[in-house]
This record gives sequence, structure tokens and C-alpha cells, in this order.
Amino acid sequence: MMQNNNVIHVKELTKKFGDFTAVDAITFDVKKGEIFGFLGANGAGKTTAIKMLIGISNPTSGEADVAGFNVFTNTEDVKKNIGYMSQKFALYDDLSVKENITFFGGIYGLSRKRIKEKSNALIEELGLEKIANHLVGSLPLGWKQKIAFSVALLHDPKIVFLDEPTGGVDPITRRQFWEMIYKASHEGTTIFVTTHYMDEAEYCDRVSIMVNGKIEALDTPKRLKEQFNAKSMNDVFLKLARG
Amino acid sequence: MKRLGYIIQKEFKQIFRNKSMLPIIFVMPLIQLLILANAATFDVKNIKFGYIDYDHSSTSRALIEKFHASTYFNVVANYPSQKLANESMQKGNVDVLLEIPSYFERDLQNEKFNNLGVTINAIDGAAAGVENVYVTQIIQSFNKKLMIDLMQVSDKSQIQPVNITTIPSFWYNKTLNYKTFMVPGILVLLVTMITLFLSGMNIVREKEIGTLEQINVTPIKKSQFIIGKLFPFWIIGLALLTVGLIISKIVFNVPMVGSLALMYFYTSIYILVVLGIGLFISNFTDTQQQAMFIAWFFMVIFILMSGLFTPIESMPKWAQYLTEFNPIKYFVEVMRMVMLKGSGFVDIIPQLSKTLLYAIVMNGLAVWSYKKTN
Repeated sequence: MMQNNNVIHVKELTKKFGDFTAVDAITFDVKKGEIFGFLGANGAGKTTAIKMLIGISNPTSGEADVAGFNVFTNTEDVKKNIGYMSQKFALYDDLSVKENITFFGGIYGLSRKRIKEKSNALIEELGLEKIANHLVGSLPLGWKQKIAFSVALLHDPKIVFLDEPTGGVDPITRRQFWEMIYKASHEGTTIFVTTHYMDEAEYCDRVSIMVNGKIEALDTPKRLKEQFNAKSMNDVFLKLARG
Repeated sequence: MKRLGYIIQKEFKQIFRNKSMLPIIFVMPLIQLLILANAATFDVKNIKFGYIDYDHSSTSRALIEKFHASTYFNVVANYPSQKLANESMQKGNVDVLLEIPSYFERDLQNEKFNNLGVTINAIDGAAAGVENVYVTQIIQSFNKKLMIDLMQVSDKSQIQPVNITTIPSFWYNKTLNYKTFMVPGILVLLVTMITLFLSGMNIVREKEIGTLEQINVTPIKKSQFIIGKLFPFWIIGLALLTVGLIISKIVFNVPMVGSLALMYFYTSIYILVVLGIGLFISNFTDTQQQAMFIAWFFMVIFILMSGLFTPIESMPKWAQYLTEFNPIKYFVEVMRMVMLKGSGFVDIIPQLSKTLLYAIVMNGLAVWSYKKTN
């Protein structure tokens, strides 16, 4: 049974593609309001795992509850309660910032009034007044990421899944992005984030490290460093990933 | 319902914002209509005609004069010998050769009988058949006149030759204007191609840029998303039909005997079939390139087996059964029936019911095969 303060509960979750086991019986829980870092090398199975948790990929076996609903039987209920931002920042390049906000607000079923309020608040908060009517395609990557993150939070989800949200941007923009993550976390949103940057791993409340489809380590960054007798998360990661 | 509105709004914005897409949707088909309707004709005209006149008599010259006078033949050469004429045929300078033997006039008068040699380039068999008919008609009418003259000269008893002639009456396309026949068909192709390609590539495009994944993470219903995606193309299809009909009327003066409302009613159901096929294709492909190739595969088969260019009645039996699955066939039939014959609702019920069934099956398959979860 799922405890009340666990918003994600995963047990023996497995995904096979033919003979290849991409995700191998992973088990973990994520607490409400937590920033949960989901680390692993390229090809370790992070994205496959996330896709199962957000209900766009069926598992081979195992179970998962997200936001209080079974991901595989009550998929649509899960989807109402989660936000997702992929590596591709899937906004429409040929729509303006405002139009993207309106569209995604609309398909999450927000009222027109609410979309307008949200949209104004978001534009003010990110200081987008000047570019609100620009096409997203014309904006720099850093802006797209911030907007995509805000769009993922539009419908006030309980959990937001971020799949390598900060790939390819400068350290300052990354820093600003993490400030946004902290803010959302303070407001009670649970953050489930994958990253390749080990400095970002230090910002997480708890971190799991995936190697070849299995979760090899799961704890706070501090305790992981003690456990592996390492100075930084980077060393922890290198020790684990090299095997 | 409200969510549907947001998707439709977004699709229209994207379509009209795409500067390279709009001309493709509206200008290209109309240029095709103008070019194809004028060019895709089976009328055999300007036949390259050559002759070898060994006789050099007034009768042979009179016969050749008949070909000069015909609008179908273009007399290109007078060959002194068979050998030169054959070389010319080999080079493609001439398509029909008439050989008038020596003593043509003398033998006709003495024996009342003679043979002419006609050689026809039959690489295009259908055209060769038509050319043969033309040649025969000219020679026969010449023959008839000659017979009357000869009889009157040789035999004063004034026997009238027995003439049996048929008076054909061509219904629905009185002037046998090929454009009247082709324009409705070409219009069908344009509406089909544009809606098929646009719908086939639309969802696969979102797959490519990654936005489809984002959509699949939202609680939107499959049916809402699909209807929202396809509705704009349904409108575009009907808009294309409208522009096409206006051009048919103004430029080609194609008669529109039947009810416009019936044409729109049928087309609105027909487009659903095409959109269903397009969506089905995009569900099973990962890139726009793949979708395009598959759409073309079906399009070519549909076009060539639609009865638009070749009559379905002349196809082998198995091919005729296959055409039952060709939506374009029904659309071509209905357009020609309603536009040219003035057929009413009851007349098109067979086509209409099959199209409706097709639409239900295709869209059912398309919605079923669209998976939010893989």
C-alpha cells in the first residue's frame, strides 16, 4: 500500500524490448514536495522509466502509482495530475509564447479566464512582456526551457517530470532554471528530474543512480557521498557507472 | 468540446502561418487543374500524315485533298518511295502512311475495285485505333462519291446506291468535349491528393518534432485530438472543391446539371474517408518521408484504377473487384453523374452508402490504431 506522503510508488517496474531489458525491476518511492534526482549514464534506461511513469509507455511487468492512481489502469487520471517537460522542450515553434500557453492550458481543460490569469502571471514572472507575441522558434534555448517548464506547471500538477531539462544551456541559465524548480518545490509540487550535470544532483533532496537498467544507489546526496567515500556526486557517479 | 476548439484553432493558425504551405494547398492544385484539363485529353488530333502517290492521277489527288481538308490530319510529306516513307516513320516524322498504287484511277474505272495501303504507327494502340477509324471514314466517303460518279457515267439507269447511315445522338456530353469528361475527374484527384497528403503528414510531423509526446502526456481524449486535427483539413478539402468548381464553370464551362448541395454532401463524406486513410498512414509511420511514400503508393493505384483515365469495364475481372475498394472511383462516378447527368440523391445511393461505410471503417481503424501509450 502506498503511504499518504508518497506521490510516486514504483515496484519491480520492468521494460523489455525483445531480449534487451531497458528497465530492470526498479523499486522506489518519491515523497510529496521532494526534488527527486533520477540519474544515470546515457542509455541507462532513465527516459524509458520516465515514459512508463507518465503513461506513454506500457511496462513489461511491475507496478507504478503516480499521484495516487495506477499508471496502467487509470492512465488518464494520472495525466491530469502530472506535468512533463522533455529534452526537446516540446512547445510549438510556429506559435507565439502566448498561443502556446493558451493551447496547452486549453487542452488541460482550464477555463478561458484561468488561462488568461495564468498567462499574464507567467509572462510577468518571467519578464516576457516584450516577447509574448514572438514565435517560440525565434527565442533562445534558455527562454524556451523556462517557458516549457512554466507551461508544464500551468494546470498546477502534483508532480512534474523533467527529462534532462537543462541540456545545452549556459551555467547562469541553468542556475536560474533551478531557482524556478526550487520555487515550484516550495509551493508543494513534487519534482522528478533527470540530469547529466552532477552539480545539479547536489541540489536534489534525494538521488537515485541507474546503471544498466537497475537502480544501484538511492539516498540523499550527502549520504551517498559518505557511502561511496567520495568528495562530490561526480565521484559517486563515476564509481557507480564504471562498475 | 472546449478542448476541441483549442486544437482546431491551433491547427488553423499553424496552417495559415506556414508560408510555403498555403500556395501548395491552394495555388498548386489550381494550376494542375488548368494544365491537366487541357493536356490530359484522349482526342486524337494533328495526326502526322504522309502519302506515296504512285498514280499521280486526278482521282489520287482528289483523295489526298480529302486528307488536307480534314481537321484531324496534318499532311506532312509526300514521299517518292516506300523506302523513304518507312525511314520517315522510323524517325517518328510521320504516323499514318497512305500508299496509292500505280494505275489506281485506271483500275478503279475498269474493275470498280482497288486496294490502298495504310500503315499506322501503333505504339499507342488506342490512338492507332482512332486514326484507323478516321482514315477509313475519309476513304469510305470518298469511295461513296466515286461510286455514284462511276455508276452515273457507266450506267445510265440511275440506280441509287443503298445507303444505311446511323445518326448517333450523344447524351450528357453532346459535343463530345473531352474537358467536360476530364475536369470533374481531375477535380476529384486534387481534392483527394491535397487532403490525403496534408492529413497523412500532419500527425507524423508532430511525432518528428516531439510535440506529439507532449500531447500524449495530457489528459486529452484520442477522439478529441483526432477530430481537432482532421477538421481543418476537412474544411480545406471543401474549400478546394469550391475553388475547383468555380474554375470548372468559368474557365472550362463544364455543365453543372445536378444539385450543388448533393455534390457538397457527398464530398463532405468522401473527405472523411481520405482523412481516415491519411491518419491511418501517419499512425504507422515515424517520419514524413515514410508517410509520403506510402501515401503515394496508394494514390497511384487509386488514380490509375479509378476509371478516370481508363474505363473500369475494360479491366480484368480481378481488377474490377479491387476497384470496389477505391474511394476515388466512387467520387469520380458521383461527380460525373451529378455534374453531367444531373443525377439525384436516389441515383447515387450505391456510391454514397459504400463511401459512408468506408469512412466509418477507415476512421474507426485510424482512431483505434492511434495509441497514446505504446
